Amino acid sequence: MTAIDTGQHQRSADEGLAGDVKIDVRNLSIGYAGKSALRNVSLEIREHEIFGIIGPANSGKTSFLRALNRMDEFTESMTVDGAIRFNGRDVREWRNAYALRRRIGVVFPLPVGLPMSIYDNVALAPRLSGIRKKQQLDDIVERCLSRAALWDEVRDRLGSLGSLLSGGQQQRLTIARALSQDPELLLLDEFSIAVDPVTTMRIEDVLKELRREITIVLVTNLVQQARRLASRTAFFLMGECVEVNDTEAMFTGTVKDPRTREYVEGRFG
Amino acid sequence: MTPTDMSRPADISTRQPDSAPHRARDDADRRGFDWYVDKAVQLIVFVGGISAIIFIFGIFIFVTREGVGFLFEGFDLVEFFTSPRWMPTSSSNPTYGAAALILGTASVTGLAMIVAVPFSLGAAVYIGEFATGRSRETLKVLVELLAAIPSVVWGFIGLSIMNSLIVRIFDVPVGLNVLNAGIILGLMAAPIMTTIAEDALRAVPDTYREAAEAMGATRWQVVWRVVLPASKNGLMAAVLLGVGRGFGETMAVLMATGHSINIPDSIFDSVRALTATIAAELGETAVGSEHYRALFTLGIFLFIITFLINLTADLVVRGTGDR
Repeated sequence: MTAIDTGQHQRSADEGLAGDVKIDVRNLSIGYAGKSALRNVSLEIREHEIFGIIGPANSGKTSFLRALNRMDEFTESMTVDGAIRFNGRDVREWRNAYALRRRIGVVFPLPVGLPMSIYDNVALAPRLSGIRKKQQLDDIVERCLSRAALWDEVRDRLGSLGSLLSGGQQQRLTIARALSQDPELLLLDEFSIAVDPVTTMRIEDVLKELRREITIVLVTNLVQQARRLASRTAFFLMGECVEVNDTEAMFTGTVKDPRTREYVEGRFG
Repeated sequence: MTPTDMSRPADISTRQPDSAPHRARDDADRRGFDWYVDKAVQLIVFVGGISAIIFIFGIFIFVTREGVGFLFEGFDLVEFFTSPRWMPTSSSNPTYGAAALILGTASVTGLAMIVAVPFSLGAAVYIGEFATGRSRETLKVLVELLAAIPSVVWGFIGLSIMNSLIVRIFDVPVGLNVLNAGIILGLMAAPIMTTIAEDALRAVPDTYREAAEAMGATRWQVVWRVVLPASKNGLMAAVLLGVGRGFGETMAVLMATGHSINIPDSIFDSVRALTATIAAELGETAVGSEHYRALFTLGIFLFIITFLINLTADLVVRGTGDR
């Protein structure tokens, strides 16, 4: 209970942070080989907010995230219609999709420790963008690992394999890696699915801190997690965006659609 | 099995005759058709599995038995490894120096790897990482078809096409040489190496690729920084198996090298390979003669080399080399 209260307090204190529209989605529809996964979604995500997306399995949450940084291009059968504007510019107009993806970090549901050392995991993105100086890389690695609340646990063994860390540590390593590309937007897809509750809480604290610097989209199937973190939340159901609302309103009963109340109260899903 | 265990199913079947009317009243001790089929299949599979091992041991014992007499009697280790004079048919003083043969095989295999490694790894990376959909499937089938071309056909290509090409392009008197055999052997080994290397790339989880691509890595950066390092053991094994294939190949090498005993000092020299020597001479020796047993000694040597190469490949795949 106390955790939620602190969250509320912090959220109202930070309310002034949320500003310009970061992501503007208009009439977005996503399909896989003709099968519709998401229909006609329009919403906007503001700078410096944690935007939550909740909903049961197969409601199109992950597809939505994948469309944001054009990861749909990895899946041949996936089709995306509608407009997604990032900083006011349609993502399809970016002629360099790699540059777009560098500005949008992603954390997948299952941690992916790449089969290289912890240091190299975090230094990968900076190296890809051409940073070679040892000192500079060292700084980035330390900063990102610290921000992901992992530095203290791994500082003595940066040379050991990232894939040998525990699940929770790997997920924080994944977050550190996503931060190492210095993103403006961080997409988290059910990050706590393979992480124990204590680590989950630590990562949530990290996210609250990060919010001051970047915008975060949090897809979660834990309704209470959205309540703890998100300032606004969207409810997706079977490929439809049922409603977008202030999180507190959604949880205190001021819903726009009765299905949302049933879901957040745990009557289905 | 204890008696209580055995009686249990019988109890159940007698208690519930209605729910299982097809079941015999006391099937606890009855071994039906299925039981015998199961045992028979187990036996057949066991024999199949064990026979591979038996055959390999059998071959090893046979080759060793035939060659071992020579090892203890007429064999001169120093001569065998250092003398280029392989003159088993000399009536006055037969000598058995295998140095030229070993170097012949080694030079051809070495050149073959220089040809095959870039081709096969390049092909594997293209098929595994860049090609999509139908072109990928077509390429895979084509590569597997290439691997099925009989070695005598490759030898024929070396003898007829490559031979005259080399003579014309490089203006050398003979086109059957290290260059010819190396290219032919490289092209032969490349499809198998490609298939194995592609399997190694496929074994890298897609989540690695996705994670790197989500960070803004280009396809090539993903391949170079993530996929290749993650699959290096498998790729090494592919190369080693190619080397093993090169060492053991006989017919194509026999036809394309020129088959003349020579320590090569340029790729335009004709050489003779270990395997080709055995193939060409074994049919013309008297069984049990010194020459016959000397050829089997070459066989033992080849056997040991290929065994070591395959063993190394196996250890590399398991990643023992890493720790």
